[in-house]
Amino acid sequence: MSFDSGVIVDTFPKLLTGAVLTVQLVALSGLGGLALAFPIGIARSSRRPWVRALPWCYIFFFRGTPLLVQLFLVYYGLSQFSSIRHSELLWPYLRDPYWCALIAMSMNTAAYIAEILRGALQAVPRGEIEAAIAVGMSKTQILRRILVPRAVRIGLPAYSNEVILMLKGSALASTITLLELTGMARTIIAETYMPVEIFLAAGACYLAISFLMVRTFKLVENILNRHLRHAR
Amino acid sequence: MRFKSLLIAAAFATAGLCGQAFAAQKVRIGTEGAYPPFNQVDSKGNITGFDVDIAKALCAAAKLDCTIVTQDWDGIIPALNARKFDAIAASMSITEARKKAVDFTDPYYTNKLQFVAPKTSTFSPDQLKGKVLGAQRATIAGTWLEQHAKGAQIKLYDTQENAYLDLAAGRLDAILADKFVNYAWLKSDAGKDFEFKGKPVFNNDKIAIAVRKGDTSLREKLNAALKVILADGTYKKINEKYFPFSIY
Repeated sequence: MSFDSGVIVDTFPKLLTGAVLTVQLVALSGLGGLALAFPIGIARSSRRPWVRALPWCYIFFFRGTPLLVQLFLVYYGLSQFSSIRHSELLWPYLRDPYWCALIAMSMNTAAYIAEILRGALQAVPRGEIEAAIAVGMSKTQILRRILVPRAVRIGLPAYSNEVILMLKGSALASTITLLELTGMARTIIAETYMPVEIFLAAGACYLAISFLMVRTFKLVENILNRHLRHAR
Repeated sequence: MRFKSLLIAAAFATAGLCGQAFAAQKVRIGTEGAYPPFNQVDSKGNITGFDVDIAKALCAAAKLDCTIVTQDWDGIIPALNARKFDAIAASMSITEARKKAVDFTDPYYTNKLQFVAPKTSTFSPDQLKGKVLGAQRATIAGTWLEQHAKGAQIKLYDTQENAYLDLAAGRLDAILADKFVNYAWLKSDAGKDFEFKGKPVFNNDKIAIAVRKGDTSLREKLNAALKVILADGTYKKINEKYFPFSIY
């Protein structure tokens, strides 16, 4: 089989439109997941069992089932119920594969981020919390001023990992008709029958996106931890 | 070193020759397994359907030792060319674009493309603008929509079954697909609220088995076998198992 680099050049603009959708999905679900993860993660690290139980179940479900299954449950599963199909509030969103992908990906990544956050919260040195208690801070003050800022710094490398996993997970959105990078690549292959060339080009796009993400996170990490730079 | 590899090559060549002389030629046939009633996987995991029955009958007539394997539809031609299997029996339409990638046998049935929409809908194939239309990815239905349905939103699905699910969910105004596949779905429970809309938009859809480019020996064997099963009534028997009318 011969390698045809011309087809990569010809189809690259189409691939790029797919890449834009991929970045959009990852960025928005990353933010949505983060917003969901804070209450879940904080509740999950509570010492009270009844506060901990619900987030535990949530995390157990979303970490224990494949993202593909969750996508299908949201996209094909919910639409089986006629009450949802006739709901004027929900159906305009659930009808749209874009929203279904965002919902499934956000809820999935929220479970992982919540677990990262719990680990980070529990890794905050005990002495710092004791010092905060000693100067008379209230519980919410400790959470806002000590626990969360420290946990964010501790958890950031693990979070950047999770975002890159979501980048790769976003390829599954192609199964619910979205023409993101993988979906676009598969559609182009369906017309050209050149999987090696097109998947290579798509792979290069993913690499470029993840490279930019890694650099951005490194930058944020450096800014947040600038007080530690000289101590190292 | 060179002598050793020569010996190995000789051993392989002998084995190959002997194998050909004593056992029937082994042929792997790829199908999709998600395109009822032409090819599907039943609850026991067996691959069944019209395509599969025809493939088995052809193999019997040509005295080939065949195994059927499944492969996702949109990767089925690349997989054939990557030698994952030797022929595709998966209701594949002969098209000019595909002829550049594979060779086709003589057609074993003829299909049409026709729209399906809800019974309550006023959908007509003459007015596609602004409609949401579905088809399976990498099919002639998908290509037809891209060429003819200007101004419509086209959604492409991995499998035909997923397209039907979305039509039933109300995400699509209509589906364009092979008439006989639609026919089978409309007869099923899931399709009871839907019907054909308008006349077929494409009539002369010739379906054939695909082999790798240049694999003339396999193609000729299958062509000869097709003539045999058409003549001895095997084809008719298989046809009647699935449709009350001839689809040849």
